[in-house]
Amino acid sequence: MNKAIVTLENVEKRFGSNLVVRKMNMEIQEGEFLTLLGPSGCGKTTTLRMIAGFEDASSGTIQVQGERVEDKEPYQRDVNTVFQNYSLFPHMTVFDNVAYGLTIKKVPKEEIAQRVTEMLALVQLSGYEKRKPDALSGGQKQRVAIARALINRPKVLLLDEPLGALDLKLRKQMQIELKRLQRKLAITFVYVTHDQEEALTMSDRIAVMNGGVIEQLADPRTIYDYPKTRFVAGFIGESNIFDGTVTAVEGNLLRVETPAGLLTTQGEGFQVGEAMHVSIRPEYLEVSKTPVEGFGLPASVKDFTYMGTVVKTALDMRDGTETKFSRFDQDEQLQEGDSVHVFWRPEKSVAIKAAAARGAEA
Amino acid sequence: MKTRGDGSSRRDVRRRTLPALAQAGPVSVWMILFVTIPMLFILYISFMSRSVFGDVVYEFSLGSYQTLLDATYFKVILKSLQVAVFTTVLCLLLGYPFAYYIARKPPEVASRLIMLIMIPFWTNSLMRLNSWLLLFQTSGPINTFLQWSGLTDHPITFIYTDALVVLGMITNMLPFAVLPLYSTIEKLQKSLLEASSDLGATPVQTFFRVTLPLTFPGIFSAIILVFIPSLGIYTVSDVLGGGKVLYIGNIIKNQFGAIRNWPLGAALSVLLLLITGLLIFIYTRFAKLEDMEVV
Repeated sequence: MNKAIVTLENVEKRFGSNLVVRKMNMEIQEGEFLTLLGPSGCGKTTTLRMIAGFEDASSGTIQVQGERVEDKEPYQRDVNTVFQNYSLFPHMTVFDNVAYGLTIKKVPKEEIAQRVTEMLALVQLSGYEKRKPDALSGGQKQRVAIARALINRPKVLLLDEPLGALDLKLRKQMQIELKRLQRKLAITFVYVTHDQEEALTMSDRIAVMNGGVIEQLADPRTIYDYPKTRFVAGFIGESNIFDGTVTAVEGNLLRVETPAGLLTTQGEGFQVGEAMHVSIRPEYLEVSKTPVEGFGLPASVKDFTYMGTVVKTALDMRDGTETKFSRFDQDEQLQEGDSVHVFWRPEKSVAIKAAAARGAEA
Repeated sequence: MKTRGDGSSRRDVRRRTLPALAQAGPVSVWMILFVTIPMLFILYISFMSRSVFGDVVYEFSLGSYQTLLDATYFKVILKSLQVAVFTTVLCLLLGYPFAYYIARKPPEVASRLIMLIMIPFWTNSLMRLNSWLLLFQTSGPINTFLQWSGLTDHPITFIYTDALVVLGMITNMLPFAVLPLYSTIEKLQKSLLEASSDLGATPVQTFFRVTLPLTFPGIFSAIILVFIPSLGIYTVSDVLGGGKVLYIGNIIKNQFGAIRNWPLGAALSVLLLLITGLLIFIYTRFAKLEDMEVV
């Protein structure tokens, strides 16, 4: 299982003077579901397109199954792509669209018919063979696009925001289906999305990208619980981030001075006087009516937002920033305007090195 | 409530129909006066006969149509069709790669390249054709250059040859091919070509399986737009061909002009109209099919 199927080494992509992907190093393991996650313009789609061969890397090497592919055209690479806008051939039927890759490879007709039928059954589109793409719904088009790519039995399937155009309910359903499909076929999926929830749901590993750099590459749980950079902490899920300076190191406990007040967190390798960030998830944040040891974070209750499963409470901090915490039920004791003290169990917060925010650039 | 609803809906209808009439009215009147009526008149004359002095005699006769079956005219029609087909094919072969090239350029470059095609198109055609004569004549710059460079020791006859006529036709008609081709190729989604390549198709395979079928509407428009005028145009062969070879267009012009046989000229025009009409009929059927696929 732990065998790299796609390897990127020092890959860079420049559009004119614009450096879109910087010195990227990444190993994609055979059979894994890897997601490139990031805001628009972070270079995730460009990275995918370089693996597919639609863009040439400005420098660096790309290997698929140990073979260098930088000089190979897309049609010479053993990868297939599912496009964001489906890109089905409008003049062909569903059958012909799915059969396209096999037709090109001059596979015998009977075999094509058999494999297309199987593939359409797999994506639950049996009986749609003779339809034209225009007569399909968005979800059906996406299934055809997936079938059209998978029928070629690629070593790697590249998916560029494949569910972006679908409505929320259908998207959730397709997420689960795609994940099952990937498990069943044991094909490596490289998935591009800007939707962090989608990434957390589906991926074995997530590469969080920002400004052409991978900020963190890890499994979803690690990404969520131990964000390595301030960007990752803020981008994945909801997070309260405090920027501050270490004032004391007591074992693995760190005392930190921030504009909002004093706080305690846990971390290793920090020194007194070092600038850093502290991230705490809303679900781990706690409030007390009385001061708590190790914390000096006064706040006042601003408002409550009912979210269905949780109630979110917004707090105004001393420095004017807003901090949020969420609970399944609204705390009976809290009223708008109440003065409270914010605290948390130090192990629930994450200490982030300030330098690490752009560390990958070096 | 009910009456108000009725009243307002009636007013709505009026509000919608009145401007529609106002918009389409003038054009309809214009078209009926200057296109439909003259065409009906041509049809009418084609069934009349001709006096010895060349006046139209208003007596029903199929004489003009019988004359068309004459071998001489048949040959001219065939020759005209040949030149038109030849011009159309060459315009497509030259126009498609050029249109493709323009369509893949950034918009600013593309519009500049389109201008290059349009400038000769906007130049008066007689002026353009006569300048070609000057360029290609025995003592013209091209022959002078060829002799000076030693490629030939005697002047080459270019003017009044079929080759120059075809060349003239192509330059005349190329914009009609390039523009519709450009507009369909430009609309072609780049991601479809990427998808084809991604699925293993070489550029040549992609061209024949994706690009060509999807730009077929543009190709058909180009065929119609080049073929129909090519069939009727006579200025090119008159100027560059020296009027040696006759095409339908020349004959029609002559029948209405020097020879003064209006019924025959009219019959030839009707024939030309029928060929054109047939092509447009095929085109609309084709276009309708395309629409239905979209729905």
